Amino acid sequence: MSFGTKTRKAEISGIEDRFTRSSIPARVLKEKSVKNVFFFFTLLPILLLVIVTIALVVRTWPILRMYSFWSLISGKVWKPQNGSFGFLPFIMGTFWVTVLGVTLATVPCILTAIYLSEYAKHRTRTIAKPILDLLAAIPSVVYGVWGLLTIVPFIGSKLAPFINRHLGFIPFLKNTNPTGYGMLAGGIVLAVMIAPFIISIVYEVLLTVPQGVREANLALGATRWHTVRHVVLPQVLPGIVAGVVLGASRALGETMAVLMVVGNVAKVPTSIFDAVYPLSALIANNYGEMMSIPLYDAALLGAALLLLLIILLFNVLSTLVLKGFLQKP
Amino acid sequence: MKFRKRWQRQHFIEAIAKACMYLSGVIVIGCLGFILWTIFSKGITALSWEMISQPPQGGYYLGNGGGGILNAILGSLYLAAGGTLLALVLGLPIALYLKTYVGNTSWGNYVRLALDVLWGIPSIVYGAFGFTLMLAIGMRASLLGGIVVLALLEMPIMVRAMDEVIRLMPAELEQAALAIGSTKLEVALHVVVRQMLPGIVSAILLAFGRGIGDAASVLFTAGYTDRLPSSLLSPVASLPLAIFFQLSTPFPEVQQRAYASALVLTFIVLAVSLGSRWLAARLGKYVIK
Repeated sequence: MSFGTKTRKAEISGIEDRFTRSSIPARVLKEKSVKNVFFFFTLLPILLLVIVTIALVVRTWPILRMYSFWSLISGKVWKPQNGSFGFLPFIMGTFWVTVLGVTLATVPCILTAIYLSEYAKHRTRTIAKPILDLLAAIPSVVYGVWGLLTIVPFIGSKLAPFINRHLGFIPFLKNTNPTGYGMLAGGIVLAVMIAPFIISIVYEVLLTVPQGVREANLALGATRWHTVRHVVLPQVLPGIVAGVVLGASRALGETMAVLMVVGNVAKVPTSIFDAVYPLSALIANNYGEMMSIPLYDAALLGAALLLLLIILLFNVLSTLVLKGFLQKP
Repeated sequence: MKFRKRWQRQHFIEAIAKACMYLSGVIVIGCLGFILWTIFSKGITALSWEMISQPPQGGYYLGNGGGGILNAILGSLYLAAGGTLLALVLGLPIALYLKTYVGNTSWGNYVRLALDVLWGIPSIVYGAFGFTLMLAIGMRASLLGGIVVLALLEMPIMVRAMDEVIRLMPAELEQAALAIGSTKLEVALHVVVRQMLPGIVSAILLAFGRGIGDAASVLFTAGYTDRLPSSLLSPVASLPLAIFFQLSTPFPEVQQRAYASALVLTFIVLAVSLGSRWLAARLGKYVIK
């Protein structure tokens, strides 16, 4: 019955006729159009990347026209009211906090990852993964609160005076800042923050080494550590480096946790206890008045652009290295 | 004799290496425990029903007003929920397209690389970008602005997490569906989505957790207010910023409330994280293994 109605309807409308009788069913047409829509969506990530970069470049352009790039990144004085925009203290702040954080995190993270992949029982591994995910899920503000409550007072009242008394003759360990807010506090908080991230990547990279390679070496009478040291690690070294670099790029852009514990003093640091002022903290602290002083907004968005470019470089390189590893069959 | 010595030396090194690894593992786990314990013990004393059921009243930031952080809790939930929804609308098609249409071709891998790089961009840069965008179109800090920026931030996380699980789907399922004449779209919607539902749900909740804890991006774009969120175009408070602003006051009472707020935020994030595992395990029952 229904078939009959359909043909009669089709006779009335020529357009419908073409659709119902055509060799291409409607669901295939739907498939084709949806495919095009989906394709447009996959352009979004790449477009977004390009647009973010272009937007920041455009907004930074006024200050790049007034001052040379070199004078901006090597200038030491930051007085936007007087028109002096020296980024060096902030670049140094970001650099040293990141270096300190990554240095503190790297060795324990790699060892933990080796333990998980080479030594741990299956049970331990299944428990460890959710714990790492939990650590990674804690918001950065909470890390900041933790740093403020425990790390800062500990450094201010115990660690800094102690090291200053015994090791103060080493230039980088001299303590002139009694508060505890500073580079070391930022470094410790960052190290804890990026730890789960680095462990997960290194662990995944280690798992790509075929089990047979390990067994062959163990069968020859080598110890497990010997196997790790001479068989597993040499194979995956670039992957591990890439994982650490990815962790470093995470640390570079970290804002809230760092902002809360580093002290925010725009001076090139000379000791690990000095207060520092990273680029990300500069942006977050001053966005409110960025429209009030000429070129101030261009300078702050320039700081964002600088961060973005460094991180893009780090990310693209390490992601390409990691891809080579993780996609091996 | 020489052999025995070398054997002993190797085992000595083995023992030291093992001790170092145990130590590292204990440090990492210890840090998690330490953080949770600090937040819990400091936060629980200041936490009260008033804190989580009322918006702040006059003088709240001077330590002598009553009220709580309901504005921030609701604001954060709205921001993260809106951002996650928008990210899902943008992200699910990308994940499905990557699986069913492009697979492991070079185009697909370019998109994946772009997503990985986007994932690494810090939220402060997204915030600054969102801010310039809003200036350009003359929009003020608002719930809508925050939602859009959070969606951009969450989208790469969600898509990469989905992509990782969708990739694990057995090829036979897809081939069987194609063999009986389904279009690729039908495969994507009726086979991939259903089969990979646990992974998709985890990806959504992962992105939600990232969104609700993020402060640097909403700092520029969503603003802050003591009122409860009312419209898409007015500013809205968020929990991370509430913690930050309360901590920056010099009054100990207000700082105590910041610790309590941190406890609330940690609780929400951990609940989402654990809830996603539970949900994924539950939904996993309906998956063909």
